[in-house]
Amino acid sequence: MQELTLKQTLNSLSGFIPETVLIATVIVCLFLDLILRKKSVIVAVAGIVGLLVSGYFAYLQFGMREVIFTGMAVVDPFAVFFKILFVVSTIFVIIFTISSKEIQESTHHNEHVYLMVAMALGAFLMASASNMIMMYLSLETVSISSYILSGYTKRIKRSSEAAMKYVIYGAASSGIMIYGMSLIYGFTGSMNIYEISAILAKSAVTGNPVIVMSIIMILAGFGYKISSVPFHFWTPDVYEGAPVPVTAFLAVTSSAAGFAVMIRFFAVTFLQNNILLNGKLQIIPGINWTEIIVVLSVASMIIGNFTAVWQQSVKRMLAYSSIAQGGYIMLGMTMATQQGLTAMLVYLMGYLFMTLGAFYVVILVANKVDSDELVDMRGFGYKSPVIAVFMAVFMFSLAGIPSTVGFVGKFYLFSALIESNMVWLALVAVLNSVVSLFFYIKVLKYMFLMKPEEELTPKYQYGIGNYAVLLLLALPVMFFGLYFAPLVKIAEYSAILIGLK
Amino acid sequence: MLELNYFLVLSALLFSIGVVGVLVRRNAMIIFMCIELMLNAINISLVAFSSFLGNDSGQIFVFFVLTVAAAEAAVGLAIVISLFRNKESLDIDKINILKW
Repeated sequence: MQELTLKQTLNSLSGFIPETVLIATVIVCLFLDLILRKKSVIVAVAGIVGLLVSGYFAYLQFGMREVIFTGMAVVDPFAVFFKILFVVSTIFVIIFTISSKEIQESTHHNEHVYLMVAMALGAFLMASASNMIMMYLSLETVSISSYILSGYTKRIKRSSEAAMKYVIYGAASSGIMIYGMSLIYGFTGSMNIYEISAILAKSAVTGNPVIVMSIIMILAGFGYKISSVPFHFWTPDVYEGAPVPVTAFLAVTSSAAGFAVMIRFFAVTFLQNNILLNGKLQIIPGINWTEIIVVLSVASMIIGNFTAVWQQSVKRMLAYSSIAQGGYIMLGMTMATQQGLTAMLVYLMGYLFMTLGAFYVVILVANKVDSDELVDMRGFGYKSPVIAVFMAVFMFSLAGIPSTVGFVGKFYLFSALIESNMVWLALVAVLNSVVSLFFYIKVLKYMFLMKPEEELTPKYQYGIGNYAVLLLLALPVMFFGLYFAPLVKIAEYSAILIGLK
Repeated sequence: MLELNYFLVLSALLFSIGVVGVLVRRNAMIIFMCIELMLNAINISLVAFSSFLGNDSGQIFVFFVLTVAAAEAAVGLAIVISLFRNKESLDIDKINILKW
């Protein structure tokens, strides 16, 4: 028996190559930083190379459907999709740190690189975890690295304040989450989500209020990661206080990882995996978790969009906007159909590029004016027209204007909603995107239509590399907005979880 | 042997005390202690379930919860120090540059 387990573990290693590469990258970056003892791009380049290699190995896993490490994690197209998404976003964020004045002027050397790669490792595990212990551990791996990163510029008051708030919210909500997990463990006697699902499907405990309560407690942990209302209070503060590249990282990688683990947990645990009625997956009776998700999603959209209207800081506005975007993405879970899942993945891919792009423009503006207030953006459209036009592309995409990738994502989500007869929910979401248009366009109003007090003549100079990165982010936004067939194809292919038929 | 219920009630009580402490106390250090209380309450419930069910995975989870709690405390205390250097206070009512 023992030999068998050892053999299984050794076999599992072949499904664990991307993660192993990332662990090696973390160690290499750590030592490079120690050896070089000064600011250097070599560490960042090493990190990017490691991520690329790991992304390549993750790409090779496409099509694999395996359970590894005796049910601790799985490798399926869904996990691989998210792994590649994390690799892309982490590479972009590491590039951001090179051009961010805030990070380059801090007293540290290159510590952010290995913290970010470590966070990507945690995100990888979150996407593939199939056991509650693994889910908790990977979630904490991401959280602890992000606490450190958000307090990275420790001489700056608001950065350490943001980190403090983040630690308190994070630790409390993950504590609530594992209390919920311990209750589910007590009811079912298992930590593995597939076993839990099988036990819940055939036992009589399903209607029990304690199960419903523990679902809500577990949602506190996941909801905090994806910053859904009512677990969103940390989001605006941390987004504003943390250095901008870190904020971009939290908005994209960390919340996408939250979605990955949340989708897998709910889809596997609380759906009857073998029964398909009229193309709809059946929810285990007595646990109406989709209704809870509907409430959270509508609340996130409304609170996120309406509060963003009043914000004066662009970072804070983007924080509320990401709460609202999280609400849209969650809509895909409310129907428990394959189309819903596909639409979520399409939306997440678009969200990656447009959010990173918006944050990169914020970094470039902050490098010149040392501020992220809307008022200080006045006249930016005259001083640096090219970058302002890029910002317009990202803002239009976030608002969901046609011919951008943001529109494609929203279109797929809303049509999936209407297909499963949830027209009122689609209507709420559409009305919300009308509201969101207001504050996204407000940024452009400040950039192009309002003139600052000082002269407009000295134009801002940016390096060719900055334009190249912006172009790399803006091209997918426009290209996939017009020709989205490949995007949808990838998402359809990736919307396969092990255990879901 | 004691019944399972005693342990669960104890765990629920400790957890509630921890949650209320996080919500009402104003000193950052005490808030961290309340979070530790929450985690230890969870450990009691996990160990109780584990011994009741005769299943090991609950006890394994406890080890990981302890480890993560230590890591979180290390990072949390480092952040408390950096905050104290900047603000000379740990009263979270005074930590208010960022709001709305």
